[in-house]
Amino acid sequence: MNQNDRQPAETQDKNGPATGKVTLRIWRGDENGGEFKDYTLDAQEGEVVLDVVHRVQSEHAGDLSVRWNCKAGKCGSCSAEINGVPKLMCMTRMSDFSSGEPITITPMRTFPIIRDLVTDVSFNYEIAKKVPPFTPGPKEPDGTYRMAQRDIDRIQEFHKCIECFLCQNVCHVIRDHEENKANYAGPRFFVRFAALEMHPLNTNNSLGLLKEEMGIGYCNITKCCTEVCPEQIHITDNAIIPLKERVVTANYDPLAWLVTKIRRKTGRNTSST
Amino acid sequence: MTDTTSTPEHLTSPTLEESAATEQKPAKGPKMSHTDLPFVTHNFDVLVIGAGGAGLRAAIEAKLQGVSIALLSKSLLGKAHTVMAEGGIAASLGNVSDQDNWQVHFRDTMRGGKMLNNWKMAQLHAQEAPDRVLELEEWGALFDRTADGRILQRDFGGHRYARLAHVGDRTGLEMIRTLQQKAVSLGIEVFAETIVVKLLLDSNRAICGAVAYERSVGDFIVFTAKSILLATGGIGRSWQITSNSWESTGGGHALALWAGADMIDMECVQFHPTGMVWPPSVRGLLVTEGVRGDGGILKNSLGKRFMFDYIPPMFASETADSEEEADRWYTDHAKARRTPDLLPRDEVARAINTEVKSGRGSPHGGVFLDIASRRSPEYIKRRLPSMYHQFKELAGVDITKDPMEVGPTCHYMMGGVRVDADTAASSVPGLYAAGEVAGGMHGANRLGGNSLSDLVVFGRRAGLHAAEYAKSYQGDPKPDPGEIAKAIAECTKPLSKDHTAENAENPYKLQDDLRKTMQSLVGIIRTEHELTQALEEIEKLKERLDNIAVQGDKRYNPGWHLALDLRSMLAVCQCVTLGALNRKESRGGHTRDDYPTLDDELGKINFVIRQKGTELEITPEPKPQMPPELQKLFEEQH
Amino acid sequence: MDITDTKDTPTAIKPTPVQLGKPRGGPAQSTLRKDYWWVTPTITVGVLTAFVIYATWAGFQNGNYYYAPYISPFYSPCIASNCVYQQLPIIGTWWKLSPALLILVFPLGYRLTCYYYRKAYYRAFWWAPPACAVEDAHSKYSGETRWPLLLQNSHRWFFYMGLVLNFFLTIDAVRAFDFPSGWGMGLGSLVLSVNAILLWLYSFSCHACRHLCGGSVNKFSTAPLRYRVWKILTPLNQRHMLFAWVSLIFVALSDLYVRLVASGAIRDPRFF
Repeated sequence: MNQNDRQPAETQDKNGPATGKVTLRIWRGDENGGEFKDYTLDAQEGEVVLDVVHRVQSEHAGDLSVRWNCKAGKCGSCSAEINGVPKLMCMTRMSDFSSGEPITITPMRTFPIIRDLVTDVSFNYEIAKKVPPFTPGPKEPDGTYRMAQRDIDRIQEFHKCIECFLCQNVCHVIRDHEENKANYAGPRFFVRFAALEMHPLNTNNSLGLLKEEMGIGYCNITKCCTEVCPEQIHITDNAIIPLKERVVTANYDPLAWLVTKIRRKTGRNTSST
Repeated sequence: MTDTTSTPEHLTSPTLEESAATEQKPAKGPKMSHTDLPFVTHNFDVLVIGAGGAGLRAAIEAKLQGVSIALLSKSLLGKAHTVMAEGGIAASLGNVSDQDNWQVHFRDTMRGGKMLNNWKMAQLHAQEAPDRVLELEEWGALFDRTADGRILQRDFGGHRYARLAHVGDRTGLEMIRTLQQKAVSLGIEVFAETIVVKLLLDSNRAICGAVAYERSVGDFIVFTAKSILLATGGIGRSWQITSNSWESTGGGHALALWAGADMIDMECVQFHPTGMVWPPSVRGLLVTEGVRGDGGILKNSLGKRFMFDYIPPMFASETADSEEEADRWYTDHAKARRTPDLLPRDEVARAINTEVKSGRGSPHGGVFLDIASRRSPEYIKRRLPSMYHQFKELAGVDITKDPMEVGPTCHYMMGGVRVDADTAASSVPGLYAAGEVAGGMHGANRLGGNSLSDLVVFGRRAGLHAAEYAKSYQGDPKPDPGEIAKAIAECTKPLSKDHTAENAENPYKLQDDLRKTMQSLVGIIRTEHELTQALEEIEKLKERLDNIAVQGDKRYNPGWHLALDLRSMLAVCQCVTLGALNRKESRGGHTRDDYPTLDDELGKINFVIRQKGTELEITPEPKPQMPPELQKLFEEQH
Repeated sequence: MDITDTKDTPTAIKPTPVQLGKPRGGPAQSTLRKDYWWVTPTITVGVLTAFVIYATWAGFQNGNYYYAPYISPFYSPCIASNCVYQQLPIIGTWWKLSPALLILVFPLGYRLTCYYYRKAYYRAFWWAPPACAVEDAHSKYSGETRWPLLLQNSHRWFFYMGLVLNFFLTIDAVRAFDFPSGWGMGLGSLVLSVNAILLWLYSFSCHACRHLCGGSVNKFSTAPLRYRVWKILTPLNQRHMLFAWVSLIFVALSDLYVRLVASGAIRDPRFF
């Protein structure tokens, strides 16, 4: 699945509303197990999956648990798996699916279930507590900081993250290996660390933490995080791999070590590895 | 921190013999009885309700004062409605226009609010916003930069100079993430997906705690607290066409009202001029004012830039009267006057409304917002990435090629808890309010960008003073167990009823009816007749609320959550309608068809709403007088 | 940032340890995907397997790799004394096997440790995971934290070696215009030139290259030259997958072309 594979929406819109019935096959259950339930409704024009889920709620199952907020792809609350693909329900248009076949909706698989489509994502909030805070260097004499736009373009991409945790969910390191949750931070936090490491003002260094506790070595760069990111952050190419390269410099590259030594001796400013 | 999970002696779980057993009839499924619902108690000095920009900033400040503090979030941490703020945060940093200063910002804010603002709040806001922005940067926020490496600022409606520090069109996300990470690094205790249903008062009518429930498990939690800070945001969910999420149910407004706090300016609801109008599923979704700030223009179906026909006298001297001058202004602020597309939001929203009503609207009942013909695709994608994405994904429109269709959408609540400007204290001892839930700062209409700055300026002040109040608090707060029992019993009522019974009300249906009522009767243009009708409708809905019954049990049950939220929605809608009925003039966001002009006498008063018993009482009260030195700012010629 | 200074900033708060093994939601199926997710890994297996078979066969041939002025990229630089084309005979006559084996190890290592190929073969061959949201085929997983996968961290060294090889292959491409009869151009000259260009593109788009040239800088405004290089490399890097496949296939085709010409199976068309 690739974000770019989505068919352009115009085709559907210009042809008018999708007609007929749609069937949602929603997983309902809790920690004691569950099952699929089918809900058949009339299709309406321009709807996203979350709209239909809401109509299931108001017309058929008032207690259907689903987490959502902004319904605009900005808060990252309504993450789920639609036909097995991790997505935001609010940004998945019904017109993306061929009519007739039921659309399956299941909760994110990686996190413990609370109920129906709602999972316990506290894993992520616990990891967040381990990230060292941003620690800027001294200010300019006028009491402000100066940064050029080109200094921050790269990290502004990382700051686009809406914490939908779809990347964490799709990452097989914890999706398929529960035990690794104890030693692995996951793509969302590598993005966070990348933003800190590449920040022109940040003074602390997390490379040791990344290697030893955050488990960056567990990532085998199979890029699923990038594929599912609704903000189209190039998680693997721009965050994880550059961090891996920095970890290599700090741990596995005697030449880089030597260069740094020499630069220090000659008193050159080492703004880089 | 004296956090306990065992129940302290003075808070033993209530036995509820007197609970409304008559209303419970045996249900088909396994229904719970009230005694299944013990609660845990947590003791804190300060309780912050709401984890958006204001709540987070307040929590940070309170934590730094060394008190024990809990932060309650209706959703998960970092999902608050603040993420939806797009355009930027207003602060007179003067990085783009060095003529800018706090006085100009103050003046813009007051004039934008049609002088109904609490002048002291507007002054503090204008003075302190720059420091708060720089502080955000120090905590890791990455604002877009000027060529010399300072924070870039953009033009926005009603602001004389380019004043909005921004990050593309996702400034709110940047702000909430920065504050969230700061709060986490300070070790602030967060109760996510925890909703307060009642504030508890002691025998002196002062704050002593709150009753809340956890959405995930449906259990009740009692917090004892010396002071409580409301930062619960807005009320927009009660309208059909709104930019607000489900969270904006006016929970904090209602809690304050029920606790006896003074509510002001409740009639002042802002309709943002540019919400999406198509497809139906996204109707109301915000289109940032930044589109116009960056060169977008409004056109009607005849292709005419109609805003030139709607320049009010108050802004005539500083608004361009020809397209040529307006276009020149984008590149030369000194020699040209600003485009009328960037008039304050109330003016633009009314203009769009009139154009559509006069039959000059777009195919889906809005007007056209065109940036495609005025800026290059690269520029649009760089400056407005979320807008590009939003229209592409949700409406199938490429905004670099085609104009957007936009129309007014319920956006922001100017009114709210009456607070002291310096301390953010409400009229209830120990109760503080900051952000959208507080009233007064924005008067009758809020300028774009003033919301984010409001959050951090008054969030900080509220946190500081709530902490100081808690420090000087004598003894321990002791809530009345009877009140707790009553609150819990009331909340569980919808669960204990049979939802298949004939008179059972479906919460979703009730919500739909309320939203329809507010949209059609208390919308952007109001009349006495419709407002009176709306009050009657709300009374009927309140009666139906008694019969609400929900499917399922207490665990993550959205139907039940909605049933509880409806109580606040109805209470707040009643206040809005009552205020609107009493303010017999048109001012800012409040437009009366039957009183279409400003009334100078009404401009000197706030309508204050208080709950007395089960009734609402509304009184006109003179608003604070601006001192002469500030008054002068409005007499000078600009 | 300074590598000798790797002390970590302590965090303010103690996180709650993660509780493992809580029940998850959804049905117990390896995937619910309905699309053709298996197509990409299948193609990957097909192409990579074909390449490995061909390269092994060609590498062991020890013949038909030189037809003046063309030399097969599998055999260049020819560093054994038993080469038919004496380029850089630093290995003595004791080496009796195919000279290709001496150098093929470098491009092999470069591509094995490449960030793109890692994705491709971890998915297609190792099924960890076969595709996104499709269950991993292994019960235990330690990623690249242990031997031997720790060796993936040597990628930048192979990148350096790759540059050396590219240098020789560029010389080969230039020499491919230097016929015994004087300067000219045949189809082989074009083949070897395109091959060299594609290999440079593969190297320049490499993630290690992007990091070393500029990515490691934290404040670009203080390193304008490295920033400019980084800006040029970034769009190339986004196409690394493309260059990885095209250069892989083309290097095999180049060898095949030289091999066919050298064996007399086809004649090299001369343009002038």
